Amino acid sequence: MKILIVDDFSTMRRIIKNLLRDLGFTNTQEADDGSTALPMLRSGDFDFLVTDWNMPGMTGIDLLKEVRADAKLAGLPVLMVTAEAKRDQIVEAAQAGVNGYVVKPFTAQVLKEKIDKIFERVGS
Amino acid sequence: MGNNNTEQQDHFLSQLQDCANHLVEKLQSDNLDEASEMIHDLVEARNQHIFKSVGQLTRGLHNAIVNFHVDADMDSEPPEVNNSEIKDASNRLQYVITKTQEAADKTMDKVEAVAPIAMNLGLEATRLREEWHRLKRREMTKEEFRDLYNQMGDFLDQMDEGTTTLNKSLQDIILEQGYQDLTGQVLRKVIGLVTDVESELVKLMRIAGQVEQVTGLAKNPESVRDPNIVKQRDTVAEGPQINAESRTDVVSGQDEVDDLLSSLGF
Repeated sequence: MKILIVDDFSTMRRIIKNLLRDLGFTNTQEADDGSTALPMLRSGDFDFLVTDWNMPGMTGIDLLKEVRADAKLAGLPVLMVTAEAKRDQIVEAAQAGVNGYVVKPFTAQVLKEKIDKIFERVGS
Repeated sequence: MGNNNTEQQDHFLSQLQDCANHLVEKLQSDNLDEASEMIHDLVEARNQHIFKSVGQLTRGLHNAIVNFHVDADMDSEPPEVNNSEIKDASNRLQYVITKTQEAADKTMDKVEAVAPIAMNLGLEATRLREEWHRLKRREMTKEEFRDLYNQMGDFLDQMDEGTTTLNKSLQDIILEQGYQDLTGQVLRKVIGLVTDVESELVKLMRIAGQVEQVTGLAKNPESVRDPNIVKQRDTVAEGPQINAESRTDVVSGQDEVDDLLSSLGF
């Protein structure tokens, strides 16, 4: 299971990376915004994308839309982990095809639940 | 300043009314020379009032610039700001990012460094306890007991060393949280500056409003505000919500996110 973590704050990338490692996911890579993440996704065989929303360059919501519009990446499970908490934004992310939405600050338990749920659905 | 402006405004208006009344009188009695002189005076009074208001606006701007210690090179195009309280505030905020990042990194470094110590001590303790129970149940040979005896000694040494390191790291982690104090102070200063900027802007807006009124530039504020502009901003990223509880368009936690998503069929 190869995972890409996208967040402009290295602290948050590190926290997510640590939490994923605790959950048994050790094969992770990092990117600091959508425009760096997109080429990595296109050239690498990633199985899962965890992304922030608010980033300089390309935002997470734009990255999500690009992923869904790309024939090769369209089916990639995407979890949004963000401080953006407006209802309109959550609805927009849902309409853009996000697979899970976690608001910061979050707990290890919440992250695990959402990831489990996503793979449960993808697997079935 | 506000009272002064209102007085001026009233003075100008009464001057205007006086002139207008006189003008009508002169015109009715066909005194055209004096009438044109009146019009001249009227224009003069209006100009004087505009000059005064513009003067106040300029002074207000100047004060605002002085108050925020803007040190700028006005000759270059565009003017280059060498130093100002706003620039200073940006630096302060940058400092907050750096400080919090350092603190988070150091804290995680410490935890990552000592987590294996705690885990190994735990594993060793579990193993020795099983051996100890075997001893209590008298299931142990003399040789095995001798091994256990030595292992016990080693474990106590490890325990002593390990807990010392652990305690040291825990202490360091607590100390590291001092960044909250430092960044909190800096943020408070920036908040103070933002409040000052706001009140200066309100003052300038008031003076500018009066200039607009006399020059006839003022527009209906409703027509200026385009609802589409506000609408477009809906999906701009806002970062952490500081007052999530008091806003209805914002969720206040993961539970509400889950409810909203499940209402959308997730």
